[in-house]
Amino acid sequence: MLRVTGLTKSYRSAGEDVAVLRGVDLAVATGESVALTGESGSGKSTLLHLIAGLDAADGGEIALADINVSTLNDAGRAELRRDRLGLVFQQFNLIPSLSVADNLVFQSRIAGRHDAAWHDELVERLGLKNLLRRYPEQLSGGQQQRVAIGRALAPKPLLLLADEPTGNLDEDTADEVLRLARDLVARTGCGFLMVTHSARLAATLDRQVNLHAGVIA
Amino acid sequence: MRRPLWILAVLLSHWRRHPMQLATLLIGLISATALWSGVQALNQQARIAYDRAAATFGGSRTAMLVSKDSATFPQQLFVDLRRAGWPVSPMLEGRVQIDGRSFRLLGVEPVTLPSEVGNAPAVGRGSLQAFVTPPGEMLVAGETLRDLGLKEGERPQANGIGLPPLRMQAELAPGALVVDIGIAQDILKMPGQVSRLLVGKSKGKSETPHATLESVAGDKLRLVEPSAESDLERLTDSFHLNLTAFGLLSFFVGLFIVNSAIGLAFEQRLPMLRTLRACGVSARMLNTVLVIELVSLALVAGLIGLVCGYFIAAALLPDVAASLRGLYGAQIPGQLSLKPVWWFAGIAISILGALAAAATSLAKAIRMPVLATAQPQAWQQAQRRWLMFQSAAALAVFAVAAVLIQFGDSLIAGFAVLAALMLGAALILPMVLQIALAFGQRSARAPVGIWFWADSRQQLSGLSLALMALLLALAVNVGVGTMVESFSRTFLVWLDGRLAADVYISAASDAQAKQIKTWLRDRPDVEAILPGGRAETQLGGAPIEVLGLPDHATYRDNWPLLESTANAWVRLRPGDTCLVSEQLSRRMKLAIGDHIEVPAPGGNWPLGIAGIYADYGNPKGQIAVNFAALTRHFPQTPLTRLGLRVAPDKIAPLITALQATFGLDDRNVADQATMKQESRRVFNRTFSVTGALNAFTLGVAGIALLTSLLTLANSRLPQLAPLWAIGLTRRRLAALELLKTMAVALITALFALPLGLLVAWCLLAIVNVKAFGWRLPFHVFPLQLIELLAVAMAAALCAAALPVARLARMQPATLIRTFVNER
Repeated sequence: MLRVTGLTKSYRSAGEDVAVLRGVDLAVATGESVALTGESGSGKSTLLHLIAGLDAADGGEIALADINVSTLNDAGRAELRRDRLGLVFQQFNLIPSLSVADNLVFQSRIAGRHDAAWHDELVERLGLKNLLRRYPEQLSGGQQQRVAIGRALAPKPLLLLADEPTGNLDEDTADEVLRLARDLVARTGCGFLMVTHSARLAATLDRQVNLHAGVIA
Repeated sequence: MRRPLWILAVLLSHWRRHPMQLATLLIGLISATALWSGVQALNQQARIAYDRAAATFGGSRTAMLVSKDSATFPQQLFVDLRRAGWPVSPMLEGRVQIDGRSFRLLGVEPVTLPSEVGNAPAVGRGSLQAFVTPPGEMLVAGETLRDLGLKEGERPQANGIGLPPLRMQAELAPGALVVDIGIAQDILKMPGQVSRLLVGKSKGKSETPHATLESVAGDKLRLVEPSAESDLERLTDSFHLNLTAFGLLSFFVGLFIVNSAIGLAFEQRLPMLRTLRACGVSARMLNTVLVIELVSLALVAGLIGLVCGYFIAAALLPDVAASLRGLYGAQIPGQLSLKPVWWFAGIAISILGALAAAATSLAKAIRMPVLATAQPQAWQQAQRRWLMFQSAAALAVFAVAAVLIQFGDSLIAGFAVLAALMLGAALILPMVLQIALAFGQRSARAPVGIWFWADSRQQLSGLSLALMALLLALAVNVGVGTMVESFSRTFLVWLDGRLAADVYISAASDAQAKQIKTWLRDRPDVEAILPGGRAETQLGGAPIEVLGLPDHATYRDNWPLLESTANAWVRLRPGDTCLVSEQLSRRMKLAIGDHIEVPAPGGNWPLGIAGIYADYGNPKGQIAVNFAALTRHFPQTPLTRLGLRVAPDKIAPLITALQATFGLDDRNVADQATMKQESRRVFNRTFSVTGALNAFTLGVAGIALLTSLLTLANSRLPQLAPLWAIGLTRRRLAALELLKTMAVALITALFALPLGLLVAWCLLAIVNVKAFGWRLPFHVFPLQLIELLAVAMAAALCAAALPVARLARMQPATLIRTFVNER
């Protein structure tokens, strides 16, 4: 479903080009969950951002289902994120001015893929029933991340991308959040690519891929 | 010593990284200082001119003896008082016409002139001989010399009499002609008469009076104590209060900009401040350096602001001078001369303004803990609490305004009502916006729509100060615009009635006027000759004009009366009845049927009041009487003014013939259309300074909105980036941001319209009545309101354009940074 071939990316820093990705090859199958690990600065987040269309690669190719992400323009990449992808970040990045209920339905509604039954199931399984009228600032970190996962999965994306989703959570909460994410991913049948530092959490996914010095080790 | 400098360098490094923020801060301080000091420069310039006028040979700054009825009195009283040891000096005052224009003639006696009288020195020493020996000298200010179009040494003519040669004396007030009292008595045909006696300070026992005033002069004279404030100062107080209010408003709007810039810089520098504290910088040292940094920036901005303020004042001075001349007859020189105190005050106001704008940020810095706790910003709760508090304060301020409207009865109370209304409206604005946006959110169905309204609500706390500035600027624009337009409409209708004659003549002398009248009587194209004249006297301690109107249908049919008895014009004929101007009737609380005693050279003239008329633009009170009665009671009245009724097609040939026959120029003879055009020009110029200040205030409000949006733009990235990540394009996000700014600006502008109309009502019904003595009808001008609404939206569009364009062009890498924990 996701195929990344020969991906390269460098940044200009202090007048010099710093190569972050030096030809990454990666594939994630439908329904497969993959943990992307690696030391700090290895390029994990950059790879995730390129797959999400948040940034453009210097070279190589990214193909998601029948779409060649590398050839999309800005509007096309926005459409890809809206309709095909779900994104979860370490900082939760909920919309502070919207209530939990409005945050949850936001992406599915703008993608035109709102499914009331699936929405109710998400609320139930994520344990958000009593939190719907609250605002992000009134939630704990674990609760906020559950809302973020719900928002990302509400439009039933092809691929869920998560960048250190448990980085701001304690161990128990992290386990709980990841368990919920895995269950829901399995329920939708989408692919799941998660960047993590934690070998323990990485081990709970189907496959681990290690990124080292810009290439898959 | 090196440690504070090092800390200062660290703090300043923030501005190097954020030059736009620094520019915003400086722009705010410069605008605030420039507009405030510009207005102060104008006020100071005017006050210098009033001082010159007041000090002119015994204005209100000198104690004086005047007759009980303010008329002239025999010179013998001066001789008697001098013999009794009184340090008095005689003065005769009157008006002379030179080339059809009226000047104030002052006759002084230089030998006895008290040394403390402002302009005495140039007369009192070497040039004394030339001043008192025929033909004498006539002292004038440089401005008057220029007005006359004459050089020093030349001798102008007044009523056929050759006046003494002109000599310039810079300290004199413009418009005054000073001669020896003997010469003045000849020119004014008042031999042996004086208007007042200036009272000097006694120089020891030898000059102490050895008889009381009553024992020498009986009850003929009364002592008038010197006043710290001149008549002109009192009269123009409202104008300067108005200017100051504009300056203050612009100053506060400028401080809104400073507040938002400093607030943002502080938020962004919090980690830096914590690091400095963690590295061992004491709280006291850090706060001291923060204040030093702020004061240094305020100094730089203050100096630039002062230079800008000087140029603003220089640009506005001609209009301000025209306004003061048109409204109050005050003569202000056209060149700025500023005292050092103005420069120091400007710098001080810049520093104080910066400290006031930074007060909350500095207070936060003082209380800042070294270890920050990760507290999410509880905007919902905090905003609700703050909104409730602000709304309660607004209601309290509105209550104060209501009490002032009910019980206040002064100009200050009028301005206090205006201030309370504006402050209350500014305080309640966030609540109004909150309610409007919440309504929008409730009625939205689409998710982006819901976010649009919800995010606008969240942005309110950051934008509310700028929106308040926009509200105030718009309300002042609507209020002042409506007042000026109401005035303009009323003035033009009034002018049509007042300028009813077809041709106006101002002869050089009574003799020439007589020749012209004889010549006109033989012309078949002249339907009527309407002689006019005016005299000056005092009523209730203030100068008034007595206007003589001929008994003719032209006046009966056209002269606009606000209220009158039946047959008011017929009742004027015998000369025992008058009409009074609106401002005089308000000032002296005169009504139809009341009686007044007007001091005249032959004794008091008792007059009944038969009507009240509008007399816009005249600083003095005025009464209108029958022309023949005026010449009986004031025999010295110049008879140089004539109005003519002429068929429209005969006007131009008649004027040409008059000019050819009597050597009259355009200043001496004019048709009705030219007079109206000139009056309209003066009227428009009178309010052009208001227009300029309106535009400045709106401009500064626009900058305040721009800087708020720019400073908010950066802090809003965490809110916008997730939407972009979810799939909204940057272009769409930019469009939504623009729409949000326009929406809140529109709500603010719509709220400003009724507020502005309320301000206009206050100006027309309270401030104008107290300041000028006339009340104008209140009109609403929908087209003007629509125009201002468009201007407000254009200002909002301009302010939002830059941050929105930046967002639309923002590199993905910048947005990604919001999500990045590592690379």
